Amino acid sequence: MKSEVVVETRNLSMYFGGVKAVDRVNFNLRENELRCLIGPNGAGKSTFFKCLTGQLVPTSGDVIIRDFNGTGRLPHQIARLGVGIKTQVPNVFDGLSVHENIWLAARRWHGAPRARTLTGETIERLKLGDIRNEPVGRLAHGQRQWVELGMVVAAEPWLVLLDEPAAGMTHEETERTAELIREINQQATMIVVEHDMQFIRMISSKVTVFHEGRILIEDTMDVVSADPRVREVYLGHGNA
Amino acid sequence: MDLAIALALQIVYGIANLVLISLGLAIIFGMMRVINLAHGEFLMLGGYTVVISTNHGVNIWFAMLVLAPLVVGLIGVLVERLLIQYLYGRMVDTLLATWGLSLLFVGLVTTIFGAQTETTISPPLGAISIGDYSSSAYELFLIGVTVALLLLVWAVMKWTRLGLVARATMQSDDMASALGVSTRNVYMITFGLGAAISGLAGGLLAPVTGVLPSIGATYIAKAFITVISGGASILAGTSAASILLGGINGIMSFLTGPTLGEVALLAAAIVLIRLMPTGITGRFFRKSL
Amino acid sequence: MNWSRENRWRAVIVAAGVLFTLAAPSMLELFTIINLSTAIALAILALSLGLIWGYGGILCFGQTAFFGIGAYAYTIAAVNFGGSSWAILLAILAAAAFAAVLGYFMFYGRVSDVYMAVITLTVTLILYSLLRRTSGPEYKIGNALLGGFNGVNSPPLNLPWPPYTPLYPEHVFYVGMAVLIIGYVLCAWLVQTHFGRVAVAIRENELRAELIGYDTRLYKLVLFTIGGAVAGAGGIIFCNGVGRITPDVFNLYNSALAIIWVIVGGRGTLVGPVLGSFALFYLTTWLGTQGTVNNNLVLGLILIVFVLAVPKGILPTFISWWDKARQRRSMQRRELKVRRRRGRASLLEEAADEK
Repeated sequence: MKSEVVVETRNLSMYFGGVKAVDRVNFNLRENELRCLIGPNGAGKSTFFKCLTGQLVPTSGDVIIRDFNGTGRLPHQIARLGVGIKTQVPNVFDGLSVHENIWLAARRWHGAPRARTLTGETIERLKLGDIRNEPVGRLAHGQRQWVELGMVVAAEPWLVLLDEPAAGMTHEETERTAELIREINQQATMIVVEHDMQFIRMISSKVTVFHEGRILIEDTMDVVSADPRVREVYLGHGNA
Repeated sequence: MDLAIALALQIVYGIANLVLISLGLAIIFGMMRVINLAHGEFLMLGGYTVVISTNHGVNIWFAMLVLAPLVVGLIGVLVERLLIQYLYGRMVDTLLATWGLSLLFVGLVTTIFGAQTETTISPPLGAISIGDYSSSAYELFLIGVTVALLLLVWAVMKWTRLGLVARATMQSDDMASALGVSTRNVYMITFGLGAAISGLAGGLLAPVTGVLPSIGATYIAKAFITVISGGASILAGTSAASILLGGINGIMSFLTGPTLGEVALLAAAIVLIRLMPTGITGRFFRKSL
Repeated sequence: MNWSRENRWRAVIVAAGVLFTLAAPSMLELFTIINLSTAIALAILALSLGLIWGYGGILCFGQTAFFGIGAYAYTIAAVNFGGSSWAILLAILAAAAFAAVLGYFMFYGRVSDVYMAVITLTVTLILYSLLRRTSGPEYKIGNALLGGFNGVNSPPLNLPWPPYTPLYPEHVFYVGMAVLIIGYVLCAWLVQTHFGRVAVAIRENELRAELIGYDTRLYKLVLFTIGGAVAGAGGIIFCNGVGRITPDVFNLYNSALAIIWVIVGGRGTLVGPVLGSFALFYLTTWLGTQGTVNNNLVLGLILIVFVLAVPKGILPTFISWWDKARQRRSMQRRELKVRRRRGRASLLEEAADEK
């Protein structure tokens, strides 16, 4: 018995001039799944991600989230569907405190009392209590990433899209992030863009490999990493 | 028929006028992504250079075509070295600082030459007649100069080493640095050239408009609108926007008078920017110069 | 910074404003009081720009447009209605409506902030050149002749209830201070509400605000419209203080002034721009009486120096100094305590050794 498809793209394409960053991608994601998108630099995974989140308007094709056609919608309209989004470069409110950052996300969907408790819970959950009153601009990179994750979580989304959540983190921080992602996945369907294989093993998910704007293969991490084509793509081009 | 020719001439002159007052601003904006709020004062300084030097017996053609761009170009280089270079990458601060500069220039010129200048210069060319209508030969000359100026800038961009470097710098700072080009000098020269063209324009327009310390304000609104509507491509953007806005202004002015002509120009520009936030060349002719 | 400390400061500021309003007429000369109404009107303009730029991050170089439209709308309506009450309402609505239309074009067109600055400035300058051309007898709205660069005489405010007595110029001072204080309280309240905090968040990072589900275009539009309404209210006081309104209100110099107040006073505060406007009003007035140095020259220098050397403005710079000094002091105190405790501990150790 398979669960319902909640994210679907139909022939999704994004061209920049002559460059086919994303080329007729058909992608399906079922409820409660945790899916990683991987691929070498320039494979199109981040562009694909931006098309899903409304940061880019695709050249052609459709993005369907549940029953809603999300093609060419603005980020806030996608978010309004109950989608939590974390971008690659940490996008946080630098001048505001950790508490204020997370409160703003919680308050968007809830009244003042519920927002307050939700903010407290989120800070607790992400272990940000010690720095709750610090301006986010003064925090270390890893902490900023967590604040952004906190903003995603505080909105209680049913679908979570993360772009390189462990980028630039120490090993310890990465482990903690993997743990968090597994935790979030208890309640939400997730897509995680990542190129750190170690990290993907930590969250042990199904993987979609992008290459030159298309889906190369889609399977478990073990199958994918044993696949000769994937080795070719990563080693042949990446580390040659 | 004569009316049609006279009208067409008037519209073409309006377009040329827009190109003339915007080109210097467009060069600086297109290449450096710096909006120079002291642009109007560069025009004003060009005008003053012409008026003062002709009063001291300099030939008016020499004053307009050589002295005005030279003097204002040097001022531009100085401004870039003393102020702008500290603000690269800070667009808003650059805007604010050049606004300060604009006030400073107005203040300086007022202090030195007074708030009004009594001496005016008349256009060095007379009138020509088209059937029953007469037109100013000087306006025809300005149209010619504008076309020549556009061709000159195009040639510089296309064929000279400076143009190549400038185009590389426009694409990416890093690329130019990797090529071993000192972007420092490129920015300085670009700013100087933009200022020189503004000085030339100000000098050429001085016989038509007269000079006042505050005259820059009358130019900048139109120059900004033209450059923003045009987008980042210097020549294609400025020309396309000037033709569109100048054309609308000319036709509306003919039909209803100059006030509504200007309203139409503004309305057209606002609608244009709403439809194309990155200007005409942000949407069309992207690869053009 | 915590909210309660800010609110304590705000209470102090309001109290100072009220005290000044009550004390001024008995302390200052009539001429000074009348002159003050103009300064107060400009302070309201500064407040509105401090709100939308300092808090909302909306770079508006033409805030005087709404100020001027408020003044013109009031004047034209008051001439036609023969009374000021409806004219006031209409003027504020006109300024807000103009801001709403302009804001719609800019925010829904996703115009970047530098373009926004240039567009707002250009619109203001075009209003200037349009109104200067209205000197003929055909430029007439109802009974009000627009009068070109000479402008229009503004009918004085009158009591909104019978016997509808017109106010004397010195009374405009009270009305102005009331508008300024109420405007300040409203703005200070607004920036603390959910709406205001979202506006600040958008200033900090627009994409993030969108990603957590806020329609940033709408928030900016509403804030910009409120700013327009406040500026329009300032315009009403202005034309009452001066007695007439001319196209000069839209000129480049005045647009620059508004920006300089906010830069000097400081973005991210409301009092800063207000104080900045008072300071520069008196500076330029004083320079005018001296007649040796040109105003433009001084203002240009101030603007350049602040952008290069004091980019945050006086008040925020002062606040951060103050905070740092306090931190240092509390740290010193803590260190002293620790040292004392250590000192005691070592004494005890010595005592123990002796035993």
